[in-house]
Amino acid sequence: MVTDLLLLLKQELLVAVILFLLLFLKLGRDRSNESTLNLVNVLLFLNVAAGFLGAKDGELFSGMFHTNALITAEKNILNLAAWLISLQAYAWLRTHRHVIEFYLLLLGSLMGMFFMISSGNLLMFYLGLEMSTIPLAAVANFDLEKRQSSEAAMKMIISSAFSSALLLLGISFVYGISGSISFAEIGAGISTEPLHILAFLLLVSGFAFKISAVPFHLWTADVYEGAPVGVTAFLSVVSKGAVLFVFVSTLYTVFKPIAPLWYNVLFVLSLATIISGNLFALRQQNIKRFLAFSSIAQVGFILVGMSGSSQAGMASVIFFILVYVFSNLAAFGVVSVVSAVAGKESIDDYKGFYQTNPFLSWILTIALFSLAGVPPTAGFFGKFFLLMAGTAKGNYWLIAIAAVNMVVSFYYYLRIVKAIFMDQNETPVAAITVPVTVKFSLYLCTIGIILVGLISWIYDTIFSLSSGL
Amino acid sequence: MANYSYIPWIPLLPLICFVVLGIFGRKHIGNASGIIGTLSLAVSAVLSLIAADQYFFVDGKLNGVYQKITAFKYVWLEFAPNLSIDISIVLDPVSVMMLVVVTFVSLMVHLFSLGYMKGEERFATYYAFLSLFTFSMLGLVMAGNLFQVYMFWELVGVSSFLLIGYYFEKPSAVAASKKAFIVTRFADLGFLIGILIMAFYGKTLDISTLIQKLTAVQSAEYTGMATAGFLGVSVLTWGLTLVFVGGAGKSAMFPLHIWLPDAMEGPTPVSALIHAATMVVAGVYLVARLFPVYSIDAAALTVVTWTGAFSALLAAVIACTQTDIKRVLAYSTMSQIGYMMFALGVARQGGEEGLGYMASMFHLFTHAFFKSLLFLGAGAVIHMVHSNEMKDMGGLRKQMPVTHFAFLVGCMAIAGVPLLSGFFSKEEILLAAWHSNKLVYGVALFTAALTAFYMFRLYFSIFWNKDAQAHHADKHGEGTMSMKLPLIILSILAIGAGYIPFSHFITSDGSVLETHTDIVFSVAPVVLSLLAIALAASLYRKQNDKPDKIAKAFGGLYKAASRKFYMDELYLFITKKILFPFVGQPIAWIDRNIVDGLMNGLASATASVSAVIKGLQSGKVQAYALYFFGGVAALAVLFIYLWK
Repeated sequence: MVTDLLLLLKQELLVAVILFLLLFLKLGRDRSNESTLNLVNVLLFLNVAAGFLGAKDGELFSGMFHTNALITAEKNILNLAAWLISLQAYAWLRTHRHVIEFYLLLLGSLMGMFFMISSGNLLMFYLGLEMSTIPLAAVANFDLEKRQSSEAAMKMIISSAFSSALLLLGISFVYGISGSISFAEIGAGISTEPLHILAFLLLVSGFAFKISAVPFHLWTADVYEGAPVGVTAFLSVVSKGAVLFVFVSTLYTVFKPIAPLWYNVLFVLSLATIISGNLFALRQQNIKRFLAFSSIAQVGFILVGMSGSSQAGMASVIFFILVYVFSNLAAFGVVSVVSAVAGKESIDDYKGFYQTNPFLSWILTIALFSLAGVPPTAGFFGKFFLLMAGTAKGNYWLIAIAAVNMVVSFYYYLRIVKAIFMDQNETPVAAITVPVTVKFSLYLCTIGIILVGLISWIYDTIFSLSSGL
Repeated sequence: MANYSYIPWIPLLPLICFVVLGIFGRKHIGNASGIIGTLSLAVSAVLSLIAADQYFFVDGKLNGVYQKITAFKYVWLEFAPNLSIDISIVLDPVSVMMLVVVTFVSLMVHLFSLGYMKGEERFATYYAFLSLFTFSMLGLVMAGNLFQVYMFWELVGVSSFLLIGYYFEKPSAVAASKKAFIVTRFADLGFLIGILIMAFYGKTLDISTLIQKLTAVQSAEYTGMATAGFLGVSVLTWGLTLVFVGGAGKSAMFPLHIWLPDAMEGPTPVSALIHAATMVVAGVYLVARLFPVYSIDAAALTVVTWTGAFSALLAAVIACTQTDIKRVLAYSTMSQIGYMMFALGVARQGGEEGLGYMASMFHLFTHAFFKSLLFLGAGAVIHMVHSNEMKDMGGLRKQMPVTHFAFLVGCMAIAGVPLLSGFFSKEEILLAAWHSNKLVYGVALFTAALTAFYMFRLYFSIFWNKDAQAHHADKHGEGTMSMKLPLIILSILAIGAGYIPFSHFITSDGSVLETHTDIVFSVAPVVLSLLAIALAASLYRKQNDKPDKIAKAFGGLYKAASRKFYMDELYLFITKKILFPFVGQPIAWIDRNIVDGLMNGLASATASVSAVIKGLQSGKVQAYALYFFGGVAALAVLFIYLWK
């Protein structure tokens, strides 16, 4: 019984243990930032490794918490992403006064996501969601001396409070309609009556806010730009990945009875998201803001795959999250080290970057190629599977528009590559000495970008764990 | 099934070698690169021999018929349960034979290059490219499905591009590598369409499944392909012909042969590897792999036959007039591959009818040895004389005894002098042609005589003719041991390879085919060849003015042949005078004005929309909340009232 409990809650408990260790570390004698960071990175690596051992399927707390192989895999992806981000944050955190607090908040948020992913009813889901959001608003403020950072935190907390209010309204409607908040029972009571549709849309708006689908995305750019790069990376990869996962599994299981409705909703959302994400990204000058908008467009593509409503649809979404972890973190890793060391965040600053920083230039280029979906990077396979899954529904307009937008996205991704390699600059960013941990993380991401697409085992495994309608 | 787990290492070793030499070669390994490349390939060659021994003598046979054995299979991309792209290694008699030929000839070339390329600045890069080529070629010959064939086919193209253009500071080498790449790419387009047609109608990319499906009596796939037509020709014929076009491009068949003579700009050992034994026979190999399918479609086989026969004759005529010794060899290669092609073309599946198939593979096998021998010999000559032109040579037999002997053996083998390897394989081809089509036989016989003539013209011009000249007494003499050894080994094989009872191993249906050498039948080709050799000897053994007179007597024909029948000019005319002004320029205009205009319009429209909606992003959080709520409301209205 106890071993069951331990196994089922394994990943949550591991994060909790790390949280406690960090608390003791905080109470103990002062340590240098470097040694703390190294210790945390090792702990997070162990956390990733342990995630792959001895998983178990089952339920706890009378169905409020459930886990299975797919959920475990998803949590592993998030653990991996958190570790990679932590490695990259080294350049920024080594001079920061509140390293341990940063990790307490970040890991607290991660734990919230785990509970959200494993949630078996709406209450648990809501608690997990809030637990994952509120600490992130606090870490968004972690560039303590920058006003922009505080602004980002304020905007994030206010926007998410607003979104939570609508989400809670949706939850209470759902409870009113179906008389239950358990995922297993809601489905039976849901139909396409107007009230039901409204309740459903309120829930969707909660998800859409988190994954920054248009028109619920406006907070994204300001927060991504203002927050420290490490936090931005966490928001755009881990936080989005977690919510996307819950979104796809909820739609595919709980809201199965109204599949035709949510197919149309996804259709509208994905088109709006891809198109306006692209249009915004075209004109950005700040590279963090640029990545924010490009990641909005990426979410649009994910929604296309999600609309496939098949086993391939779910698999392509989860596979893309994995691909996205590597590609986006490679990009953010380079941006974060440039921002931390040289303090440069504008795209113009990257002109002539190759002359002084060939290593970082190549990593960033590979990452941008993968984000754009150029073969043979993982990004290509990710988008390919998403569009393939989307095609299954036979809505070729959606796919055609998505494909055209993929071409548009080439323009703005390659704009940066052009700045790096071809544009002349009198005073390029000075040569940066990249800390070893950051380098290590960048290497891991690049290897991931190259291999994840080519090793078919990865997609096949995700596919076999996924389920369709 | 027996244990073939070591097979993947045969192609993997050259690949590893390529990666290591490519990354570390120039900076860290330097001159040891050659040794590393040669040793790793030696291991591959030994493994291939072990594989051949195991396959042919231990466990390849089942009830007296050689089986296809899948030694390795990895499902790479699975699109649907029955449509996946696999990486597999398939052993059948042909692929095992090719395995041995490729690794062995490549090993000889690696060895020869140790001396030949010594002192080159990009020595390590050269070996890296050689390894890449060997890897691609091995991947190609062992491929189990068409997609993999195509993949390695292109890799072979790329690596041969790199090798031909190795002396990239020479403009002619750059032009030649470009030409080879473009011409073969052009043919590959046909190949790709052919593959897609076969896969679409056959519903599989796997070669053996495809063969099974199409050759089964009245199978749905066969009926579908045979009845569906395009421009009055069945889809099956289209598919097979297009696949053959790809093969013809790589194998330098008329009219896609124009790249081969120019490709001689590459280092000579490279020519020995790529343009004698491996890449250029890829087309023959491809037809052979798909032969059961070809054999059910007479139309496609007719195309194969006549393309082969015509190329054989055309190349032989041109070869008689060339003065660059490597170009002579290049045309002779084209001619011999023409032989292999029409031998396949006249064959049918199974039993006595399959004689041509066996003969073609046999000739491919023996040709690989004597032609790479000839190329390496030519390489040794060029190494000494520093020129490709016949007029700079002559009387070299005293200074280069080993090369002289090797070259003589090579010439005798290709000319079909009895008891050397070329004799046996050529006899089988002639016999197959005789039984199937007398006209093809006539062309083949005439070509055989021409072959004997131009090969001995080459031989006498290099080694006899004039007296040895002073500048030949070069300081490095005949070359190092590493250059002589491959010549000696290949000479032995050029003599001995014909004594292998080939029909016991490689036949169209995998079972033993009894062949009988008919002395009476051999009389005509042998006598003709010997007469041609005698003619060449009388004309070229001593310096005299007879050749010039004869050339004059032939007048226009000689001139046309020496200018390669104006094929290059024809291509240039078609591209420069017809394609560019009448097709290229209008398309360019449409592209510049209409397509670009549309795109520019779209781009500026996008930019202005982008500028407008940027206003939404005001930075005011209350506005964000408004849009958020507006979004929910709009969606609600849309889905509750409008979108029923």
